[in-house]
Parts: sequence; structure tokens; C-alpha cells
Amino acid sequence: MEKSLNLTLKVWRQAGPKAKGSFETYKVENISTDASFLEMIDILNEKLIGDHKEPIAFDHDCREGICGMCSMYINGHPHGPDGEITTCQLHMRNFSDGETITIEPWRSAAFPVIKDLMVDRSAYDKIIQAGGYVSINTGGTPDANAIPISKVNADEAMDAASCIGCGACAAACKNGSAMLFVSAKVSQLALLPQGRVEAAHRAKAMIAKMDELGFGNCTNTGACEAECPKNVSISHIARMNREFLGAKFKD
Amino acid sequence: MWLIDSSIGRKVIMSVSGIFLILFLTFHSIMNVTVLFSGEAYNAVCEFLGANWYAVVGSMVLAAGFVVHIIYALYLSILNYKARGTNRYAVTKRQEGVKWASKNMLILGGVIFGFMALHLFQFWYKMQYAELSGVPTGDFHPADGTAFIIQLFSQPLYCVLYIVWLAALWFHLTHGVWSALQSIGLNNKTWLPRLKCFANIYSTFIILLFIAIPVLFLFGFRPM
Repeated sequence: MEKSLNLTLKVWRQAGPKAKGSFETYKVENISTDASFLEMIDILNEKLIGDHKEPIAFDHDCREGICGMCSMYINGHPHGPDGEITTCQLHMRNFSDGETITIEPWRSAAFPVIKDLMVDRSAYDKIIQAGGYVSINTGGTPDANAIPISKVNADEAMDAASCIGCGACAAACKNGSAMLFVSAKVSQLALLPQGRVEAAHRAKAMIAKMDELGFGNCTNTGACEAECPKNVSISHIARMNREFLGAKFKD
Repeated sequence: MWLIDSSIGRKVIMSVSGIFLILFLTFHSIMNVTVLFSGEAYNAVCEFLGANWYAVVGSMVLAAGFVVHIIYALYLSILNYKARGTNRYAVTKRQEGVKWASKNMLILGGVIFGFMALHLFQFWYKMQYAELSGVPTGDFHPADGTAFIIQLFSQPLYCVLYIVWLAALWFHLTHGVWSALQSIGLNNKTWLPRLKCFANIYSTFIILLFIAIPVLFLFGFRPM
């Protein structure tokens, strides 16, 4: 049933990468429980623009949980309190009337704030550029089932490939570690024959880049997995550790 | 060197030194329970692990294991603290399924280290050290472990302190046992819940063996 909410928002405002940020408090009224979280921010921004104030800058694109652009740390959780969804899929029915909602950007040394709630996540792109691809020419489409792939591996690779690179794992991690993201990318390719060829080189190159960019060291708390909007499992981290150690011992 | 330069290499060092220390704890706890059955048998163990060359070499390797584990813990914690950035979250919540111990391994380690210093002073200093240096530092013969245990745990305060210490160690182990295997890559989706269950059972087993002594002493038990 549709109801409306009156809420207090504590939003992180920061004019630029070097500026000092702080929390601003805003009141929003008559927000439908059917509205999405980003729609609620849109309503607030309309109001701010109407009052000739600077609207809140935040990342968003597809608004259907595929692109991984939206990035807000809402009440202590990346992508908000609801599980297995991105911020754009979060609905206002998860909140109660009169509640105070704290909205922060991802905070991690490797994700510097650009403005307000927007952070620079190009570190993830750089990790992909270091080895998250298949460099061989695969030619035309091969016959289906010409190379048999077990159902187990196909499922695992598919689960790993569901990672959208939103950065919630590194944002939620007390160590600022990007291991869940990198392991999902390493796993997705290492499990299939096309990617298997370069698996050892890929693991070494991507991990070296991850360390270089200032991400932390994994301590297996599992916070990343709990906050991942795509429910990527930390068992991929074990697989990446295996790939990396295997490659290093071979050298 | 990749063991130092790479994040996974650093974790391997934590993992391998951790597994080594877990094996030591297993040995130590099994050795301890002999005192519950026979004071004489326990003293024979103390005699065996006194100032003999293999006991001294073993102690040195063990000390090196502790040093490596502690230094890497501090080093990793500093790196991880830096990786979080300069601004901290105003609101943080622990996620469902994320164990308290897993986020507080350094603090638990600190507690364990503090008590370990006390423990070394109360037993190692009066036993192996006394035997090596030839200076009697305790009230009894260095190999008379049973007498030292009776002397210490006759004071309820120390029983309680040791129980607190072992509780902290239990928390540390419940995360450490499975995490060590995860870090060296010995894990997958099927084994993840199994390893977590195994970690709980194994750490409870070790701690029960250890804690039996102060708890029984608290209830008036004395070895024969």
C-alpha cells in the first residue's frame, strides 16, 4: 500500500576533490514508499535547484541494476540496507516515516571523491586494463559444444561474470581491499577455455595493478560478499589466491 | 620478493605462520591435559622439553613464528588502515553473516599477546629459562611443572585471567583457522561452510583442553 514519508537526510557535500567536505541536513516531505531512492534524491535536487542552490552530485546511469554506476553508502551499507540490490533498485518502503538517513560517498583511498557523492572508480578500469581480457583472436563463432565445458564451471563463471564493478566490495571492506572484484574477473575468465590460456599471467598482472593502486589486503571478513549487489561469493577469492600462488611457484 | 610486495604474498605469510602456531597450540593443549591425569606424567613432559637441544631449537623456531605473525599483522594493519583513506564513514554497520572476530583480529591478537607475556613470565621464565641460565627463578625445581601449576592456579584471580585469555584466543582461532586456508587458496563454494564449521569445532576443542585446567582448579581440583 502506498504511503508517504517525511525524512531527514544527512548528505555528504564536497565541492571538489581537494575541498573539505561536510554533512548537510535536508528535509524531504511526502515521499511515496513506491519511489526509488534515486527518485527521492531527484525530488530533493529539484527543490534545491528551485531554491537556486547547488544540486547534489551523484553517479547513476541505467537505473536497473546493471551498469554499476550508482554508489551511495546509505545508513552504513553500500547500496543501502536491502540485500542484493544496487542503490537504484532500493525503494523508499525500506525506510520508516521520520527516519534520519545518512548518505555518504564510497570512502576508500583508491576511490577519491570527485564531488559530493561521486567518486572516481577508474582504479577498477585500470585493473581490468592490466589483464581482465582475452587477447587471442577467437575467430568466427565455433560450433556449439565443440569444446565441452562442465555445468559446474559454466555456472561458476556466470556467477563471477555477474559482477558489475560498482565498487561496493572495496567500499564495505574495513581494509579497503578490492579482492572480490578482482577475483570475480580472474575467475570468470580462468574457468573457461578461452581465458584459461592466459590465466596465470592475468592473475599476476591484475593483482600487481590492484596493489599498486593502493587497495588494502584481504582479511577474509566477508563484508564484501554480504554487501555485493550481485552476491558474488568469496570462494572466487580463494580461486584467485590459488591461481596467483600457482603462477608464482611456477616462476 | 612477491611474499613481501604483493598483498596475496603477505597474506600467505600470515596464513602459514598462523597454521604453524595453530599446530603449536594443538601440541601444547594436549601436553597440558596430562596434568589432569597425573602430575608425575606432566613433570616427565616438562623434563623432556627442558634445556635439551631439540627443545631449545623448537622454542627458537616457535618464537620466530610468533615474531613473523605479529610483525606481519602490524604491517598489514597499517597498510589496510591507509587503504581506507583519510575520511572515515560516519555510520558503519556490521553486515549479517560477518563475524565480530573477523573484524577485530588485531585487537584480539593484542589481548592474546599481553596475556602471553604474563604467561611466559609465570611459566617459561621459571622453567626453561631457569634451566638454561642455571639461575633458579621460581620456587620449585624448573622441571616441576605440576608444582608451578598448583602454585599459580591456587589463586582464583589467575584462573579467571587465564579463562579470559583463552576466550580471546577462541575468538581469534574461529576466524583464523578457516581464514588461513582461504588465504592459501584451499577453499571453494562447497568447502567454505564446511571449513567455517571445522574452524569452530577445532578451536573449541583446543580451547576446551586448555581451559579445563583453570576451570577445574577454580572448582577445587588438584592434580595427584
